[in-house]
Amino acid sequence: MKIVVCVKQVPDSAAKVTVENGKVTWGDAPLVINPWDEFAVEAALRQKEALGGTVTAVTIGGEGTKDALKHALAMGADDAILVNDPALGTLDTQAVAQLLAAAIKKIGGVEMVFFGRQAIDGDSGIVPAQTARLLGWPSLTLASVIQAEAGAVRVERSTEEGRQIVKAKLPAVLSVAKDYGEPRYPSFMGIRKAQRAEIPTLALADLGIPAPAAVVTWPEVMNLPARDVKCEIIGGTPEEAANALVDKLIAEKVL
Amino acid sequence: MDFSLSNEHLMVQKMVRDFAQKEVAPVIKEYDRKQEPIPFVLPRMGELGILGISFPVRYGGQGMDYVSLGLACEELEAVDTTMRVAMSVHVGLCAGTLFHWGTEAQKQEFLVPLAQGKKLGCGAFTEPGMGSDVTAMRAAAKRDGNQYILNGEKMWISLASKADYALITVKTDPNPKKPSEALSTFIVDLTSPGVTRGDIHGKLGVRAGSTGWINFQDVRVPAANRIGAEGEGFKITMSAFDRGRYTVASGATGLIRAALEASVKYAKERAAFGKPIAEHQLIQEKIARMAQDYEIARLLYLRAGWMQNEGKRCTREISFAKKFATEASFKAADDAIQVHGAYGFSDEFDVERYLRNARGAVIYEGSSEIQTLIQAGYALGQREDKPLRCEQPAYDAEEWQK
Repeated sequence: MKIVVCVKQVPDSAAKVTVENGKVTWGDAPLVINPWDEFAVEAALRQKEALGGTVTAVTIGGEGTKDALKHALAMGADDAILVNDPALGTLDTQAVAQLLAAAIKKIGGVEMVFFGRQAIDGDSGIVPAQTARLLGWPSLTLASVIQAEAGAVRVERSTEEGRQIVKAKLPAVLSVAKDYGEPRYPSFMGIRKAQRAEIPTLALADLGIPAPAAVVTWPEVMNLPARDVKCEIIGGTPEEAANALVDKLIAEKVL
Repeated sequence: MDFSLSNEHLMVQKMVRDFAQKEVAPVIKEYDRKQEPIPFVLPRMGELGILGISFPVRYGGQGMDYVSLGLACEELEAVDTTMRVAMSVHVGLCAGTLFHWGTEAQKQEFLVPLAQGKKLGCGAFTEPGMGSDVTAMRAAAKRDGNQYILNGEKMWISLASKADYALITVKTDPNPKKPSEALSTFIVDLTSPGVTRGDIHGKLGVRAGSTGWINFQDVRVPAANRIGAEGEGFKITMSAFDRGRYTVASGATGLIRAALEASVKYAKERAAFGKPIAEHQLIQEKIARMAQDYEIARLLYLRAGWMQNEGKRCTREISFAKKFATEASFKAADDAIQVHGAYGFSDEFDVERYLRNARGAVIYEGSSEIQTLIQAGYALGQREDKPLRCEQPAYDAEEWQK
């Protein structure tokens, strides 16, 4: 079975993300594979282990984003593809989905596509569904249990209301929830393989599509308003403290 | 001169760090209190390849270099010393010595399962009445046809009760020309008849680790299990100590880092006299020293790792790294307790464990006093590295990863 896992390089979850001069910045914090995508790679690898086949990791972006692909390779993915083109501008989720769908078609014969539930930077969580729509394949999101066999897949979804069991024919697009199970660590062999891997780049000409235009833009980005909180501890006997507190609350017009 | 780590090194570091932080950090306090080893840790380290990190793939290892071994030790000891101790005895003393001095047959029989993490190894040199004075050991082996008969007791042996194999040095010549020629080294299957062993409790630190004794009563060891020649045991043991010390040095560096990180975090949270204690200069002094010592310790061990990669002898450099890092880690843990105040004195925080764990390393694998003598010997020109019959193999990425 040919399996694709789509991954994204994001700022580390410990990074302090702020806005400077209207632009989002995370300082010199390291970039890492989106933590949710590690679950997707794990799910892809377990399907491969159960059913045979290959796992190809795909991402979009410049040279630096190859590190996310290398992480997937080090975990055990067989190969990786970078989608990149100088003509690409700012991408929104539907533009990303167009590029990924085109890459998946280009790879050809893919039966399962895995995504993390969302990326921790954009946090939209809709690229899996958008990619499925463009491919015309079923979209099975938030999967916590995945059983594929004979051209079909049975998935338990972790929804807010509880568990939902859905079935679909393959090919299909799946996004993986955290309760699928802990992602494995990269192996030493995998680490070496990843460092030596030649990662091919697919440009727009290879995908046979024009540069997708973003329809959603971020006209303004702001920092969270700073919280200005003062803490005062009122002493004295409980009775005195209560009286002082009530006086203060009245003075502040809270009461 | 390039001081940067390769991407491969960085990924190794992250992988070992993730394992130690995710799986061991949440439970270490509980097991340290109970004075029991964490049951899953050694099997997991084997499964992940950490126990065979720096051996060629053809011998069951992972084909990484000596720098990777140091980085792994740093990450392991930043969480708990017990994991690094396992690396010191399994990789440094036992498997590393087989790789360095063993015959091809010995490597196939013993190194392969050790590097695969399927078997555990330890190193048995110290005795109840002997530590630094290696040639004063009393355990002895007598040749009997194709076997040796081993008698004696080894003590303060890490993984004594857990290991499958022990690399052991004993006396084989009661009347040697030179005391150092009296010793020979063997690899011994610890399930052999006549071997009894047990754990020592009541240790100051490394309480989630296994430290014990091994008694040999007429234990028959095949002559084929002798490492190197008869009388070569002293040299082999000294080279085993070099390797062990390298892991101790890199591990203690991780302990300094752990003390530093805990202190920085606490100093920013805790306020006194109207501001976080991190803004008080006497706290800053302690934190600055930890930060500086971490850098020094790191540079010292990484240089020793690089020298090993190049196939250069580095007894002297490893001695600097070991003595500096272990002493600095004890000081860092002590200062970290001071930064934490009364909380540091309780096991609610990790820093008291760091102090207890740091203390042992100033003694084992060559005490600070022995390191001082080694260093003075080199400085005064009284000591020089003579070529060994076997040198520890240099790192060869191509060859090791076949």
